[in-house]
Amino acid sequence: MANEQSLDIVRRSASTGDPPDIRKEQQVAKLIDVSRCIGCKACQAACMEWNNLRPEMEHFEGSYDNPADLNPATWTLMRFTEYEPEDGHLEWLIRKDGCMHCADPGCLKACPAPGAIVQYRNGIVDFISEACIGCGYCVKGCPFNIPRVSKVDHKSYKCSLCSDRVSAGLEPACVKACPTGAILFGTKEDMTQWAGERVEDLKSRGYAHAGLYDPQGVGGTHVMYVLHHADRPSLYAGLPDKPKIDPLVQAWKGVFKPVALAALAATAVAGFVHWVVRGPNEVQPEDEAAGRKMLDDGPGKPEAKQ
Amino acid sequence: MTNTWQDIKNADVILVMGGNAAEAHPCGFKWVIEAKIERGAKLVVVDPRFTRTASVADFYTPIRPGTDIAFLNGVIRHLLAKDAIQHEYVRAYTNAALIVREDFGFTDGLFSGWSAEKHDYDRTSWAYELDDDGYAKIDPTLQHPRCVINLLKHHVDRYTPEMVERICGTPKAKFLAVCDLIAGTAAPDRTLTSLFALGWTQHSVGSQNIRTMAMVQLLLGNIGLSGGGMNALRGHSNIQGLTDLGLMSELMPGYLAMPKDSEPTLADYLKTRTYKPLRPGQVSYWQNYKKFFVSLQKSVFGAAATAENDWAYEWLPKLDVPMYDVLRAFELMANGKMNGYICQGFNPQQAFPNRAKVRSALGKLKWLVVMDPLQTETASFWQDHGPQNPSDPAKIATEVFALPTACFAEDPGSLTNSARWVQWHWKAADPPGEAKSDNAIIAAIFRRVQALYRKDGGTFPEPILNLSWDYLDPDEPQADEIAKEINGRALTDLKDAGGGVLVHAGRQLDGFAQLRDDGSTACGCWIYSGCYTEHGNMMARRDAADPREQGLAPHWAFAWPANRRIMYNRASADPAGKPWNPEKAIIAWNGTRWAGIDVPDFGPTTKPDSGVGPFIMNQEGLGRLFALDKMRDGPFPEHYEPFESPVPNLLHPKVATNPAARVFADDRKAFGDAAKFPYVGTTYRLTEHFHFWTKHALANAILQPEEFCEIGEVLAKEKGIGQGGWVRVSSNRDHVICKAYVTKRIKPMLVDGKPVHVIGLPLHWGFTGVARKGYGANTLTPFVGDANTQTPEFKAFLVNVEPVPAPVA
Repeated sequence: MANEQSLDIVRRSASTGDPPDIRKEQQVAKLIDVSRCIGCKACQAACMEWNNLRPEMEHFEGSYDNPADLNPATWTLMRFTEYEPEDGHLEWLIRKDGCMHCADPGCLKACPAPGAIVQYRNGIVDFISEACIGCGYCVKGCPFNIPRVSKVDHKSYKCSLCSDRVSAGLEPACVKACPTGAILFGTKEDMTQWAGERVEDLKSRGYAHAGLYDPQGVGGTHVMYVLHHADRPSLYAGLPDKPKIDPLVQAWKGVFKPVALAALAATAVAGFVHWVVRGPNEVQPEDEAAGRKMLDDGPGKPEAKQ
Repeated sequence: MTNTWQDIKNADVILVMGGNAAEAHPCGFKWVIEAKIERGAKLVVVDPRFTRTASVADFYTPIRPGTDIAFLNGVIRHLLAKDAIQHEYVRAYTNAALIVREDFGFTDGLFSGWSAEKHDYDRTSWAYELDDDGYAKIDPTLQHPRCVINLLKHHVDRYTPEMVERICGTPKAKFLAVCDLIAGTAAPDRTLTSLFALGWTQHSVGSQNIRTMAMVQLLLGNIGLSGGGMNALRGHSNIQGLTDLGLMSELMPGYLAMPKDSEPTLADYLKTRTYKPLRPGQVSYWQNYKKFFVSLQKSVFGAAATAENDWAYEWLPKLDVPMYDVLRAFELMANGKMNGYICQGFNPQQAFPNRAKVRSALGKLKWLVVMDPLQTETASFWQDHGPQNPSDPAKIATEVFALPTACFAEDPGSLTNSARWVQWHWKAADPPGEAKSDNAIIAAIFRRVQALYRKDGGTFPEPILNLSWDYLDPDEPQADEIAKEINGRALTDLKDAGGGVLVHAGRQLDGFAQLRDDGSTACGCWIYSGCYTEHGNMMARRDAADPREQGLAPHWAFAWPANRRIMYNRASADPAGKPWNPEKAIIAWNGTRWAGIDVPDFGPTTKPDSGVGPFIMNQEGLGRLFALDKMRDGPFPEHYEPFESPVPNLLHPKVATNPAARVFADDRKAFGDAAKFPYVGTTYRLTEHFHFWTKHALANAILQPEEFCEIGEVLAKEKGIGQGGWVRVSSNRDHVICKAYVTKRIKPMLVDGKPVHVIGLPLHWGFTGVARKGYGANTLTPFVGDANTQTPEFKAFLVNVEPVPAPVA
């Protein structure tokens, strides 16, 4: 998304310095109540419509999940799981998958491109596409396996929680489209409170382990689920039971990244010294040829038109 | 729907059976969720498959396709045996106490009056025993052996829980659990709403499926109440409007009957439609039939319809068969007896059974006109699309005219929703290219035909030459002109008994109560009268105010009849006029008149103790547990197997299928048997698509790109079918090759000890559009319909399935 909300940014990838702090904003959250979701995919359609996304038409692959997985043009996806406990009471668990907008976003921590991932004061984690270098570190950093890097433009994409709509006082497109009120949007406080009521209702209907999914391993999330089986989130198409940021990414952020940045700086200094001492590097014809060959061979075939 | 969509939120129990509301009506389904969350309602789903609706249900149980009557008759038996009925309601508001003729009977699957030669019933004995004044006899003590409730008890006695399990494959314990949930709503202040759709209609016993549930609702006292009712969820945005306006061969607007061959004069026609009350003092509102009929004729033929020519009765077509339904039309085409066909907003090549027969029949036409906003398979039936549509254009002489029409957002008009709300819509954009409004196209065809008759004459030109065509632009009648015509107007000053003018000549009528049978009023559809009055277009109203938030919104659009939101709402109050449930009162007697939040379905000042029954359309004023002669296949519902069934009829093996259903000889030969086709096929929609339209939209095609069938894990294992693998599903008519979704959501059912497997066939694919090319489920379906409506039996038929290699792309 375009960065139209710089005043609201509280965190920026690969950047230092104090964020602007003049605005006050409430923390927002999207609450997905799995127990009232009918898997109609209106959210998916609305996401495609609002964001002007048309992923490639795929094939039927033995489930209602279509497309089969998140991809650069599919930012949200209904995932269907047929769950049959031993008592034989079949359940069809349907979960809307997409970015969880972690309070402590692993993608942002992992991102080496300055300002390519930002976190707004309201809690939304957004990708600033023009700053993205397509390295894929955000994919590694995400405990929920959400971002997808496009082979066409080599940028990483995911749900923006409709930051453009939210900044204009509107709810995300998926929320607006949901016919059963299974997706709600509001302050995190209100959503948490409402989730409590829903959990009570589910408990009264025999779901003893109903609960709210707001995992603390990532500092809580701005997309939360009401689950009938909150004791086993992984039943819902592999929603992580206890998500946390990969230790390597933590280490990258905490230890290696400053070192690496120092190394980058040292390289720059060395380059400058080289330029002063030896003069600029000229591109030689053989360099040009090698470059063309690299372009022709890969890294990958361009995707079909989207 | 007897009630409104929003009213579903008032229910205590929601039974979804014969439909899959979450799948096919996701927007309206919000009210089910609302009932669950705000009211703690229980959602019960009975369906062969564990559906999207079942995924949010409190209780689910499977049922074998085509056995709903056995299940529901079992429910009735349970309610009567456990005395779980709303006694006062049943006694006062249903025909439970009325006495049936002595010669009525039921033996071995056949009701009295069966004629094997005619293959039809003489329904004379399906009637009340009348006293000397012509009124039905009654036994208020319910002791008479032939009063309706006792006959009903006897009729359903065979449907024990054990028998239900043997026929339906529903485990007894689950059946009884559903019975108990249903029975809990017999309390006067608790209601159950029945949400159903084509899962009940698309059977050879479709109408009786629905009737059985209506009887359950009468016994529970749930008709006419908030959160109750029989709620048919309609499958197209305006299909309710289609039936209301009489776009069926046996109907005229407002459910007036098309005359028959046996009724050559108006007197003959009206003789059986005088609807004299069958109990003293009853309203029997159809007594006004002549007013509706004459006003319709005045609307159609204007000044040319006069008292002298019997209001142009002679110019109406007369049916020589019960109806010219779509199945019959294609049968006639197949036999070369129908040579031209106009297909307006209809895609029978995909939507009707036995695609090969439909394709071959279309190929025998001289001409075919298709009016549609999209390219349809029907308009392209002659093209060769390989296995999905094998045609040889060189051998087809049919001349096809594809006339592009405006889409719903490209012209103004009304759409009638399931709740009978006639809602106006406005034009948002011009139609693309050469597309024209349907009105303009029909007008153009009519004007040319009329000119030909004028110039060249022809057989029986009167109806064409005299058709009233009084529009500002005769080449394109405008939607509001037609709407005003449907509402009706005074042709001369309408005066009251004292000579005072009620409505001046030329003014719009306020409602159907002002219609007259002397030619002084014209009205295009009596039940819609009130939709466009002197106060303006009532359908365009958009005031969402909702008194007591009870889901009626009386000032939003217009609901037929008379802007009434809940039909039979007199029955929401007890015989003394007090609401059964004061929390959800609709109307009540205030000492001088009926008052409340809805238009009373009753005389506004008729006293509650006047003895007038609440079902004012019926001749006896009562809800019918015994249907008299109104159904072709019996006054009580009876279980008959689908025409293609894997098992015998356990109740009466010799009368296995609906005896009153019509089957054409060639189609009977095309039925398969369980030896070759051992599995039960059933077709349905998916949320991601709307019929055969949205495969033209890329976004929908992305969400559900390719044809597939659903097969249970047990059968898949037996057959060696892998997840997502290719299969050939065949019936005795044809086959489709598609991918398999191996699922836990379909399980074999034990039917009389033997496992029955169901194969689910979503129907959306075809050979036009942007989604992947497919056959369409109706390649397989049998060419037979419901005995009363001829709606095809899409929901239960026989198929075989086998794994096949992936087709060569």
